[in-house]
Amino acid sequence: MNPVEIAGVWKYYGDFPALRDISFNVEPGATMALLGRNGAGKTTLLRILAGLSRPGRGSIRICGADARDRSARLSIGVLGHGISLYEELSAIENLRLFARIYGLEDPERAASEWLERTGLDKVRDGLVREFSRGMRQRLAVARAFLHSPSVLLLDEPFTALDDRAIALLQSLLRDAIAEGRTVVLSTHQLREALQLATHVALLVRGRLAYTGVRTAEMLEEPGWLYRQYGESQSASA
Amino acid sequence: MAVPAVRREPVRIRMTPPRLNFFRQSLTVAWKDLRSELRTKEALNASFAFALVILLLFSIAFEPTEDQTRQISGGLLWLVFAFAGALILNRSFARELANDCLDALIAAPISGAALFLGKALANFVLLSAVEFVCLPVFGVLYNVRWTAQFWPLAGVIALGTWGLTVVGTVFSALTVNLRLRELMLPMLVYPILIPCLLAAMQLTAPLVMGEPLTADLAQWVRLLVAFDVIFSALALALIESVLVR
Repeated sequence: MNPVEIAGVWKYYGDFPALRDISFNVEPGATMALLGRNGAGKTTLLRILAGLSRPGRGSIRICGADARDRSARLSIGVLGHGISLYEELSAIENLRLFARIYGLEDPERAASEWLERTGLDKVRDGLVREFSRGMRQRLAVARAFLHSPSVLLLDEPFTALDDRAIALLQSLLRDAIAEGRTVVLSTHQLREALQLATHVALLVRGRLAYTGVRTAEMLEEPGWLYRQYGESQSASA
Repeated sequence: MAVPAVRREPVRIRMTPPRLNFFRQSLTVAWKDLRSELRTKEALNASFAFALVILLLFSIAFEPTEDQTRQISGGLLWLVFAFAGALILNRSFARELANDCLDALIAAPISGAALFLGKALANFVLLSAVEFVCLPVFGVLYNVRWTAQFWPLAGVIALGTWGLTVVGTVFSALTVNLRLRELMLPMLVYPILIPCLLAAMQLTAPLVMGEPLTADLAQWVRLLVAFDVIFSALALALIESVLVR
């Protein structure tokens, strides 16, 4: 059983097909970089994987369960475009809230531990609305990793992060990958993504143009994949 | 940035029976909403101000006699509660839009029904607070001893408020992504609330004047209870498809 199984997924917005017959699996411990230009369908696919949206056709299995099953949602950690934190609550209250919702045995300990890991333990009782942008981003990373998810879904995780938050996220991702967790991340930052990735999927106008292992060729020349399988290629196909 | 080397024990998920988990998660969401609202007081202040101004304006404009007060008390109070309630209900799911918090809740292992129940409980507490501030003000402005039938009155208000809250919370979720949600919510909710408001008005009018409920009013109690049960069941069953599309 693969932690992420996508079979024949279509998604329509009105009459427009945002995803067209997407099928691929992500193996245990793999890091899949989801690549594609703006509007290719990366965020739509990640939202369906996270159970935030339903596919029009096809099926999604996360660790063997439907994406909307409780067991699937327990296994995933999501870091999207927004920080998903409550401005009126303090850092510790935000993490404790999600620790309780995830049913962690000791929410207080889990929250404190992640505040320490992200360097926010000194401002644990400060309200999020008083935090700097960088502090909010680190707290958002802590929220996504709080319950030790076995599948991480990251939508443009490095965009708009400050240097400290990028370093923190890269370090946590390396740890997660070393622990055998599965990562699916969408990004425009090709070089950073390809360095982390073991596998690559390229979406072009909602279609899967390429999926496979990340090769040395891609690392040496990050634009290679786009030239081989990208927009112009698929248009002429 | 070097991540501090914190010795971490494996995270353990609590193995609780699903039903207990459901109520625990609902209470967690309710606590979060109440805490957020009490810190900002955005909806509460607007709701209190609106309710008190309407009560004051009506008393000044009409200077009702005791008989007139008997006739209008139920209707006036429930109109105030319903309009003041819309200000609280509008904020219920709208406060989840900032920072995409709703996405984090929907992606978390909490059922739509538990999320809905938590939000409905928080709205119920906030709306009840507004109502129980309005009642003494109503008593003073309209010269009414409203405490004579306190417990039956509290029961009727609780039933009416739950009906208002359940329908309002569902439509707050349904209209959360609309640009004109402040306008759409009342337009969609009030027609559905007519049976609930009608029953609550009929029952509140005598109680607030200190008169006990008579047998001929029992049908309104049954209507109010049936409304609450039916709409609570419908909301719990349908909320998942409202939240995830």
